Amino acid sequence: MDAVTVTDLVVDRGRRRVLPGVGFTVPAGQVTGLLGPSGSGKSTLIRAIVGVQRVRSGTVEVLGHPAGSPALRDRVGYVTQAPSVYADLTVRENARYFAALYGRGAREADAAVADVGLASAAGQLVGDLSGGQRGRASLACALVGDPEVLVLDEPTVGLDPVLRVELWERFHALARAGTTLVVSSHVMDEAARCDRLLLLREGALLADTTPARLRADGRSEDLEEAFLNVVRAREAVAS
Amino acid sequence: MTAAVHLRPRLTTTTAARVLRQLRHDHRTVAMLLVLPSLLLGLLHLLWADLPAAPGQPGTFDRVGLTMLGVFPFVVMFLVTSIAMLRERTSGTLERLLTTPLSRLDLLLGYGLAFGLAAGLQAAVTVTVATTLYDLDVAGPVWLVGLIAVVDAVLGVALGLLASAFARSEFQAVQLMPVVVLPQFFLCGLLVPREQMDGWLQAVSDALPLTYAVQALQEVGRSPEATGTMWTDVGVVAGAAVLALALAAATLRRRTD
Repeated sequence: MDAVTVTDLVVDRGRRRVLPGVGFTVPAGQVTGLLGPSGSGKSTLIRAIVGVQRVRSGTVEVLGHPAGSPALRDRVGYVTQAPSVYADLTVRENARYFAALYGRGAREADAAVADVGLASAAGQLVGDLSGGQRGRASLACALVGDPEVLVLDEPTVGLDPVLRVELWERFHALARAGTTLVVSSHVMDEAARCDRLLLLREGALLADTTPARLRADGRSEDLEEAFLNVVRAREAVAS
Repeated sequence: MTAAVHLRPRLTTTTAARVLRQLRHDHRTVAMLLVLPSLLLGLLHLLWADLPAAPGQPGTFDRVGLTMLGVFPFVVMFLVTSIAMLRERTSGTLERLLTTPLSRLDLLLGYGLAFGLAAGLQAAVTVTVATTLYDLDVAGPVWLVGLIAVVDAVLGVALGLLASAFARSEFQAVQLMPVVVLPQFFLCGLLVPREQMDGWLQAVSDALPLTYAVQALQEVGRSPEATGTMWTDVGVVAGAAVLALALAAATLRRRTD
C-alpha cells in the first residue's frame, strides 16, 4: 500500500518554477529518502506533502486524503528543517503543548523527550540548548503525536555522528512498527540508510530507486559516485 | 469557513496556557506589562496635579487619565501580539501548528484569551494604583473601568494578530503600531471633542473602534451607574475585536509560497 501519492505536481515560488511536474509514490512502513543537493526542491516537496505549500497544479494524496486535509492532521507528523519549537519554553513544556494538540498526555510527552535523548535537559529552555539539541526537541514534538506518516526535512543536519546513527536506528524502529517515514537529506551517505530513494535535481525526479539498484545502475559501490554516474548518463542521453 | 468547523475549545485553552507560559519565562516583560502603565499614568498625574480645573468640569487628569486606562492596554497588547505572532511565523512554529489538529481560529482565540487575561491583571494593577495613589476620580463603578480596559486589550490583540499578517519583519510590525494606533488616538475625542471636529473627520472617528472605548470610559467617569450608551460602546468595541479576529483567521493562510 502507498502512504503518499504525488501526481504531476507543479509548484511555483515567485516566478520560479521549483517543481515542474513530479510524480511518485511512497510505500507505507518504509523509510523513503528524498535526496538531492540544496535548492533541488526537497523542502518544497516536503511542504506539499504536509499540505502547507501552495501548489499550481497536480495532486498530493496522503493515506488516501488530499494533503493537509483535516482528517490527516493527527496522522501526519512534520519536522521542519529549522527547529520549530518555542525557544522561550522548556523542552518538556514544548513537548507537552504539542502532545496536547494531538490529544496525548504528559506521560507521552515525557516519553518522547526521553526517546530523543533529552530527558536530562527536559527542564531547560530550548533557547539555551545547542543546535543539535534543539533539532531533537523539535523531533520529539512530532514523535509525541505517534503519527502514521512522519515527514522530516533534513533532521540530521548538524548532529554528531553517534547521534545521527541513533536517530537512524530510531527511524527504522518506527518503520518496523508500521510508520511511514519520508526523510530529506543532501548528504548522499545517508542514502544508504534508506529503504527507498527518490533522487531530486533541479526539481526533477532523477531516479525512484533503492540503494542497491542505484549502486548497480551507477556502477559504483559509493552512492555519491553512483549518483553522479547516473546524472552524467542522463545528460549524455539528453544531449 | 473550515476553521470554524473544527473549532476545539480545549485546544484554544491549551494554546492560551502555552502563550502565558512563554510570557511567564520572560520576567522583564511581565514586570513591564504590570508596572509601566502605572508609571506613565503617574507622570500624567504629576503633570496636571497643580492645574486648576474649570468650574463644573472634571480635572484634566481625571479626564485624560481615565481615557489612558483604555489606551494603554490597547497599545501594549497590539504590540506584544503582533510581535508574538510574527515570531510564530518566522520560527516555523506557525507552519508546524497548521499541520496539527489546531485550527486557525483555535490559535487566534488562544492568543486573545491569553493576552486578555494578562490585560485583566494589568488593568487591576493600573486601576487600583490610579484610584488610590493618584486619586483618579471615577463616578461609576471601578470594575467597569477594568472591564473596558480588558475589552480594549482584546481589541488590541485582535488587531495585532491581523496586522502581523501584513508584516514580514519585526521592523515592519513595530511601525504598524503608529499606523493603527495614532489615527485612532488623534480622533477618539480626547484631543479635540468630537462635536468640534470637521464633519468628515467625525465620520472617520465614528468608524474607529477606539472612539467607542474612550466614550465608554467617559460615561463611567461621569455617571454613577452603567449607562445604555456605555454598554452599546462596549458592544461596538467587542464587535470590532470579533471582526478583526475573523479577518485575521481569513488572512492566515495554511498554504503559502
